[in-house]
Amino acid sequence: MKVIKEKHPLVMRWTHWVNFPILAIMIWSGLLIYWANDVYTVTIFGHRFVKFFPDWFNKAFHIPYRLAEGMAYHFLFMWFFALNGFLYVLYTIFSGQWRYLLPNRHSFREAWLVLLHDLHIRKTVPPQKKYNAAQRIAYTAIIVMGFGSLVTGLAIYKPVQLYWLTWLCGGYTMARIIHFILTVGYVLFFIIHIVQVILAGWNNFRSVISGFEVKESSENVNS
Amino acid sequence: MKKKKKKPLTVEQKIKRRNLISFGTFFVLGGAGFGGWKWLTGSPKEAPGVTAGAQKPLRRALNSTELFFKKIFSNNHLVQTYPKSRAARRVRTNSFIGLRDPSFKLEEWRLSVLGDNGEVLSLCIDEIKALPKTEIVYDFKCVEGWDQIQHWAGVKMLDFIQHFKLEELARRNYVGLETPDGKYYVGLDRESAFHPQTILAYEMNDQPITDPHGAPLRLIIPVKYGIKNLKRIGSMRFSDTRPRDYWAEQGYDYYSGL
Repeated sequence: MKVIKEKHPLVMRWTHWVNFPILAIMIWSGLLIYWANDVYTVTIFGHRFVKFFPDWFNKAFHIPYRLAEGMAYHFLFMWFFALNGFLYVLYTIFSGQWRYLLPNRHSFREAWLVLLHDLHIRKTVPPQKKYNAAQRIAYTAIIVMGFGSLVTGLAIYKPVQLYWLTWLCGGYTMARIIHFILTVGYVLFFIIHIVQVILAGWNNFRSVISGFEVKESSENVNS
Repeated sequence: MKKKKKKPLTVEQKIKRRNLISFGTFFVLGGAGFGGWKWLTGSPKEAPGVTAGAQKPLRRALNSTELFFKKIFSNNHLVQTYPKSRAARRVRTNSFIGLRDPSFKLEEWRLSVLGDNGEVLSLCIDEIKALPKTEIVYDFKCVEGWDQIQHWAGVKMLDFIQHFKLEELARRNYVGLETPDGKYYVGLDRESAFHPQTILAYEMNDQPITDPHGAPLRLIIPVKYGIKNLKRIGSMRFSDTRPRDYWAEQGYDYYSGL
């Protein structure tokens, strides 16, 4: 017999889905801003592996000469990004959901086993509650990253008025670099996230919209 | 008995009902969000005035954000300064708008301070250089995203106002500066213009400012992006309304404060 198993509370589902387009807009408008001083590369021993960003990329996304527009969007949606993030964090604290989300002392070892399982090297996974160890680490890290984006963003935005924040980020140049790297991090997170969601299947995906999973109740099978 | 048979059905129905409600809400609100985005990206440009070039709602947002961040502005928040040895030898230039007038003659340059009924002061560079000199080595920040530690020297804006007894005019909310040819112009809020590190600079790296950097006198205002650091100041005026601003007319934030 099928049973409904509650999984994701409403606030967590909504903050998740609200964050998705906001973060997309922040990354897009950030690209418009970054273009005006696109100096970052991945260079190791004098060999340039990646340039952020190649011409074809900028052309494909219509990025050039839109700095003013990018700033206008960025400084509007930063409010929504921050508010939505705070709402999520406050909710997880007061609802007790943080218990499922924060990594514990076993998580780092267990996450390794989860990784081996996902790569089809190991057959079994460690027992888990709502999230497995790898998820705990990933979903906590992404919140820390979001907070980092907010802090480094403010450090670049008001480096004189919020000089202590800029100092905390290791200076203006470092704050801009961290702000950029975190954004690259979101993109990588997104790619892995999407692959995992597809692999996890429909029941899991639906639970992030409707809040519950449908399980086969074993008791009923026996009776 | 009948009730018991219905039980598994109720679970199915429950699942169906909840799915319908949550997916329905998801798509309706998602659609509304997408509609809102389409509205925003397709919104009309603001009517050209002191600011121009931005879409109306985005300009409103920029102005509100400016009001919010003005609250944390303080004259006690000083920009970090560095030893002279850290200053760049080759100081970066980015724009020459307002410096291209072929008829401009450095020897004939004068700074014109304007009141409501025309000029109240006309100063040559030596009259300005006679005032106490203030030096600053700080990280100049461009709106494009680059920054460079630079060494400038000149007259502190506060000293300038005091020495030429412009306190009455300086009580107004804004200062407007323009190049002699009127091609480049900036508007500054009073608090930023009279920040203790704002200077009217005539020296760069201990040498008189060169033409590409805005000879003979330029603004160095560390609490603003480079776009507000007007080169070759021709005139200075005080007003209670926002003076025109070159980059604010191109869609940039009027405040552009750091």
